[in-house]
Amino acid sequence: MIVFIIFLSLFFIFVLLNIMIGSVMIQPKEIFQLLLGHGGNETSYGILWKVRFPRMIAAVLLGGALSLSGFLLQTFFNNPIAGPFVLGISSGAKLAVAFIMVLTLSRSQAVHSIVLVMAAFIGAMGSMGFVLLMSQIVRQSSMLIVSGVMIGYICSAITDFIVTFADDASIVNLHNWSLGSFSGTAWADIQVIAVVVITASVLVFLLSKPIGAYQLGESYAQNMGVNIKAFRILIVILSSLLSACVTAFAGPISFVGIAVPHLVKSFLKTAKPLIVIPMCFLGGAIFCLGCDLAARTIFAPVELSISSVTALIGAPVVIGILLKKKGHG
Amino acid sequence: MEPFFQTKKLSVGYGGIPLIQDINIKLDKGKILTLIGPNGSGKSTILKTITKHLKNICGTVLIDRHSIDGMGSRELSRLVSVVFTERLKTERMTCEDVVATGRYPYTGLLGILSQEDHAQIQNAMELVHAWDLRDKDYTAISDGQRQRVLLARAICQEPQVIILDEPTSFLDIRYKLELLHLLRKMTKEKNITVIMSLHELDLAQKASDFVMCVKGESVTHFGPPNEIFTKAFIENLYQLSNGSYNPLYGSFEMERPKGDPKVFVIAGAGSGIPQYRILQKKGIPFMTGILHQNDIDYPAACDLASEVFSEKAFCPICDETYAEAEKQLSSCQTVIDCIGTYGSLNMKNFDLAQKAKKLGLKIVETAENL
Repeated sequence: MIVFIIFLSLFFIFVLLNIMIGSVMIQPKEIFQLLLGHGGNETSYGILWKVRFPRMIAAVLLGGALSLSGFLLQTFFNNPIAGPFVLGISSGAKLAVAFIMVLTLSRSQAVHSIVLVMAAFIGAMGSMGFVLLMSQIVRQSSMLIVSGVMIGYICSAITDFIVTFADDASIVNLHNWSLGSFSGTAWADIQVIAVVVITASVLVFLLSKPIGAYQLGESYAQNMGVNIKAFRILIVILSSLLSACVTAFAGPISFVGIAVPHLVKSFLKTAKPLIVIPMCFLGGAIFCLGCDLAARTIFAPVELSISSVTALIGAPVVIGILLKKKGHG
Repeated sequence: MEPFFQTKKLSVGYGGIPLIQDINIKLDKGKILTLIGPNGSGKSTILKTITKHLKNICGTVLIDRHSIDGMGSRELSRLVSVVFTERLKTERMTCEDVVATGRYPYTGLLGILSQEDHAQIQNAMELVHAWDLRDKDYTAISDGQRQRVLLARAICQEPQVIILDEPTSFLDIRYKLELLHLLRKMTKEKNITVIMSLHELDLAQKASDFVMCVKGESVTHFGPPNEIFTKAFIENLYQLSNGSYNPLYGSFEMERPKGDPKVFVIAGAGSGIPQYRILQKKGIPFMTGILHQNDIDYPAACDLASEVFSEKAFCPICDETYAEAEKQLSSCQTVIDCIGTYGSLNMKNFDLAQKAKKLGLKIVETAENL
């Protein structure tokens, strides 16, 4: 309960900070005035409404989505360091999105964000399929991670090829995106993100019960009456969809999927999905808000890629997990 | 009356290829059936088919006259619960959390536990004396405690049948006995039917109402323990060419030392067994006597000695038996006289020791220094 209150207050603090801080500081008082429609400064209104709000909402929804996707994959593979980035799922999605972008940008057509999400989903499923196949052949969990990292490299390499041969005009756009960033999210994108992420997250929450059963392993879950086949398919689709949505809009963002669920579980001292799933979402949102804030402000006006910030915080957490695992024998 | 649990012409195996065929089990409510057989004989395959983790190839499994083929997974989960042999890996789960998963078939969409669920969890944990462990992390307790927690999990699923695949592996003897005691208690108090596989024949003999022997392509035997646990049967089931089985104690002896016996052990009343085992370990063949056929040394002597001189139970040792023993004694070089006390029935053993002295044989009290 205390953890919940802390998380919630952290969430609101970061939401506020993310709206306030930037090249132009906007005071909380002004924000409230603007929100309530009592006039205020026209430029501030523009910044707030067109830049900071969409970006903040994107960070919240996509951060939560990444974290949930990581939690699902960890449960699915029974591996604490599984996540959309390490398993190459983000990279698969990235490849598909880059392909579509280059294809359409060269014809100077606008792509609808739904098309991007679909492409990302197909790419994510491709990587997921490969990793699943590998997990059937090699049963060692470390091999699973290695094969995931490898498919990630392959996809990234192909993405680089595509970007290299793309038109000059599209490169700038693609380059920013392929490093990962929440910047430039439009309200139209937010609509798609909200529909996909919220639907998928609610579904994940509704699956808490079988996820809890699955934590004891497949055999026990089946004995408890879980329809294993349907359950596995659902988890694969939901985790791919969530990470695909993130990649389509913000590019590949590393380590959130591993670090956040792990931190949430250790703060809560439990792995009960009913509590962990909403908290993971909240935690992912806080984590991404914080990292995005850091990415924007540390070297302002230069903006860091979000991935470099998340990796800096997330990677040590992964090392921590490995050390802890070793300690348990 | 129809038996509660039944299999009819059941064939089990992997990938459509039958491994064991024509399995016919009939078991009443509240009974314990134990599957025994060599490693890889298909005990787990049968158990996994009963729990529907494997598809049956042909035949049916009937519980309370209903075929499990027609049951949904929820319906089956309220009838049958399992304890697998594989170690369970958990993350941040207390023992109570593990047990609570047994309530799965009874909770709603989100799996929130009701007051009744909590009561059932507590009951089950108390039944196996694991209630004290409720707040401990599952990974932080001993193997014996884990097995009890898993049993509690299976119990609070409120099944009619509990399936256990080698529940005593990883446990030391104290916990093995405790677990089997719990199973008996459970069948008695909750009228639950238990089907399990065991490696320990002695425990299978003592804990089960029925025993099924699984070997090769078929079930070789199905019946109450006293029909199954005969010397010839067990030795054949496990192809014991390098050891022997004692059906009364359910114990095993190592292979008999080969060769011409040059040692005579004068024994009785349990004094012989330690000596026989020392000689066996040293690979020294020996003869022993004169033992009454109701002597505690007698079964081990029959398994380990090259020759045993024996007398009918409760009779004084007769002259013929003595003469035979004395004759063979003279062919030996060493006599181990460990008997200690003599009574009216075995006075002839004293004479045998005197005879050995007269013959000038080496007489020792223990085989330790041979």
